Amino acid sequence: MKYINKIKSALTLTIVALITVGISSCGQQAKDSDAFRKGALSSDVASRVYVAPGEYDEFYAFVSGGFSGQLAVYGLPSGRLLRVIPVFSVDPEKAYGFSEETKPMLETSFGFQPWDDAHHPELSQTDGNTDGRWCFINGNNTPRVARIDLTTFETAEIIEIPNSGGNHSSPFTTENTEYVVAGTRFSVPYPQQDVAINTYADKFKGMLSFIKVNPESGLMNIEFQVLLPAFDYDLAHSGKGKSHGWTFFTSYNTEKASTLLEVGASQNDKDFIAAINWKKAEEYLAQGKGHDVPADYRHNVYDEATHMATSNQMNTVKVLLPEECPGLVYFLPTPKSPHGIDVDPTGEYIVGNGKLSADLTVHSFTNMIAAIDNKEYDTIIEGIPVLKFDKVLAGTVKAAGLGPLHTEFDGRGNGYTSFFISSEIVKWKVGTWEVLDRVSTYYSIGHLMIPGGDSKNPQGKYMVAMNKITKDRYLPTGPEVTQSAQLFDITGDKMELLLDFPTIGEPHYAQGISADRIVSKSKKIYKLEENNHPYVAKSEDATKVVRDGKDVHVYMTMIRSHFSPDNIEGIKVGDKVYFHVTNLEQDYDVPHGFSVMGFENAEILVMPGQTETITWVPSRVGVYPFYCTDFCSALHQEMQGYIRVSAANSSTELKWSLGE
Amino acid sequence: MKKYARAIMVIAALTLGLLFVFPMWKITLLAPQYPTGISIEIFVNNITGDISNFNIMNHYVGMKTITVKGFPELAYMQYIVLAMMAIGIVIGLFGKKSHFWIWAVLMIAFGTVGLYDFYIWEYNYGHTLDPSAAIKVPGMAYQPPFIGRKEILNFIAYSFPALGGYAVGISISLAGFAALIKRK
Repeated sequence: MKYINKIKSALTLTIVALITVGISSCGQQAKDSDAFRKGALSSDVASRVYVAPGEYDEFYAFVSGGFSGQLAVYGLPSGRLLRVIPVFSVDPEKAYGFSEETKPMLETSFGFQPWDDAHHPELSQTDGNTDGRWCFINGNNTPRVARIDLTTFETAEIIEIPNSGGNHSSPFTTENTEYVVAGTRFSVPYPQQDVAINTYADKFKGMLSFIKVNPESGLMNIEFQVLLPAFDYDLAHSGKGKSHGWTFFTSYNTEKASTLLEVGASQNDKDFIAAINWKKAEEYLAQGKGHDVPADYRHNVYDEATHMATSNQMNTVKVLLPEECPGLVYFLPTPKSPHGIDVDPTGEYIVGNGKLSADLTVHSFTNMIAAIDNKEYDTIIEGIPVLKFDKVLAGTVKAAGLGPLHTEFDGRGNGYTSFFISSEIVKWKVGTWEVLDRVSTYYSIGHLMIPGGDSKNPQGKYMVAMNKITKDRYLPTGPEVTQSAQLFDITGDKMELLLDFPTIGEPHYAQGISADRIVSKSKKIYKLEENNHPYVAKSEDATKVVRDGKDVHVYMTMIRSHFSPDNIEGIKVGDKVYFHVTNLEQDYDVPHGFSVMGFENAEILVMPGQTETITWVPSRVGVYPFYCTDFCSALHQEMQGYIRVSAANSSTELKWSLGE
Repeated sequence: MKKYARAIMVIAALTLGLLFVFPMWKITLLAPQYPTGISIEIFVNNITGDISNFNIMNHYVGMKTITVKGFPELAYMQYIVLAMMAIGIVIGLFGKKSHFWIWAVLMIAFGTVGLYDFYIWEYNYGHTLDPSAAIKVPGMAYQPPFIGRKEILNFIAYSFPALGGYAVGISISLAGFAALIKRK
């Protein structure tokens, strides 16, 4: 009996112990899970992101749409989406890539590309400060760079990059927007040709391109390219202040693997930052060192006066070879597969965010110049000196986190680095390299953004984290959930989470700018008298329908609340009908839309003073309505018309009218 | 002071020249669709401003289209002003006290006729409505205020003299003042 009692109490104890451990472990797991999901919010953050109805946000944020191919514009601190600018992908809502005027914007040497992957917005700069004139953005898939005009928030220009394979390290400006750059992520055969993929190390090359930007018009041209070894060139930034004249590119896959890169490209302890002395390049070009190389690429320009884009075929590009141009390129060894490369506001420190490293490597520009002067070379690769690591290093932010990707600055001597693997942002002191603060992001941050954070004078009030994974942060929407960004206040010693907000596409990278640098320049209407569209009708008297063989040109106008003409007869099956529609309004925010039943095309949305053209090849007889698609006025619902389509062999007279 | 009378009279006449630089009158409409307002400015020889938007808004209720040609006054009013300026300068240099008074009274008369003409135009503009208008509000007229502020359906209309109008007032006051201080 005694034993039985002892066994009983032992059993009871064991069970109690097990339950206790069980409960406490469950509790701990729930707590940890909670900590991952929420983070600590101080009490009244809502009022700090609240922008009252009718009030303006303090900052614009230009956030890439990633695989949407577009550029999204948000207000900060509210996180409200203001506009999606179509850049590299068609947009039927705005007829981008559908209207005759915008189709040429998406032409490439391969033909019409309806989609691309837009990664890095970059604001133009004057004297190292964002000036609110243009925003550049790269197309990653079919290598291109676009320029968006910030008076109209429309894509004004797209240039294709030849000899390139995936334009990732782009467009990153110099401090007076002398150049934006385009470095290839994927090396490709040079020249492009039919070769075995395993000839990669011999036949493939990496190309870095410098695109000159006209200081008045903003027009771009590829001034020169630099031929480099077949690495993957990942990101870039140009020097500023003392380092103005240099541009730095990170590279990975210095192993030159062409298959299973996740292993093959992760073997070397250190990859390279390529430092390009573009002022030196200009000297070499002046000396005639540039090779004129045949190239096949397109340069597409939108003309605001004709409201029309043209696609120009380009046939040659100038290439500089490092072997022939000493002092043009140096390699800075940097651990390990560095992603972002960021230059601090003084231009002295060059941060290599080694994404497979726990440390953050910071090089010194002064050290780099000294190492170049003293020829402190480890070795020379394809004519490019590799500088000694310890001679260029300024310091290391030790064991800051896992997977550093990108650093921005607040203008108060601090760096902020995103860490993908440990899903956090780490704040550290430039110069002492000590970690000051860290904050979790939800989840797995890629890039981060402080308005002006890569300029000479950051506006260090807010910081935006762009996350790669959203999971359970929002109401579920099936397997595909929203993408997301987070807003932090960085004015205090501690970074403070204020807001989560959803984004379009995948937000890779962003730029921010004080709203007052853009607001006053924002265009309200296009002036009708300045409209030089070849098919414009500047008044209802000028409207007409003209047949030219099987082409029929309809010169149409729209004004509250009618089209002119609104009755059209004499169109025949198989005709190609061009609707050239001019919005006669000269008033802010009075666009009109236009669409025809069954016309196998997108609507056009015409801004005041603008002309747009959409085509239709009617395939069956009948009378088809068209109407205004943008609610414009009290009599919007009456803004409609009819088109009569007759048989191809009919003799219906061509006529048009309004109010008869 | 008295010796300046002639100079003041000349300045009074020259002040009318501001009519060619600044509008006499300004009418502004505010509405939910136009939170910052749309305005037309009436000059001695022209009408400027958001005329097309005035017309677009007003055609829904059948109001007439405002055009410069619709105001025959704009064709000749400027010559009256130029004539008065010339006469004012001549009598300022050579005229008598009584001429000063006559000039000032003539100006008041022209001004009064001008304001009456403006009122008649406003009345007709607000009351002559196209019977086929899209929006008809029984008993509703759309006459803008002669001077001041008035709510008309979803609009608030403001009608006030502008710099040119004030210049006329200043000109008349200066001429009267010159007449007062002039010896014979």
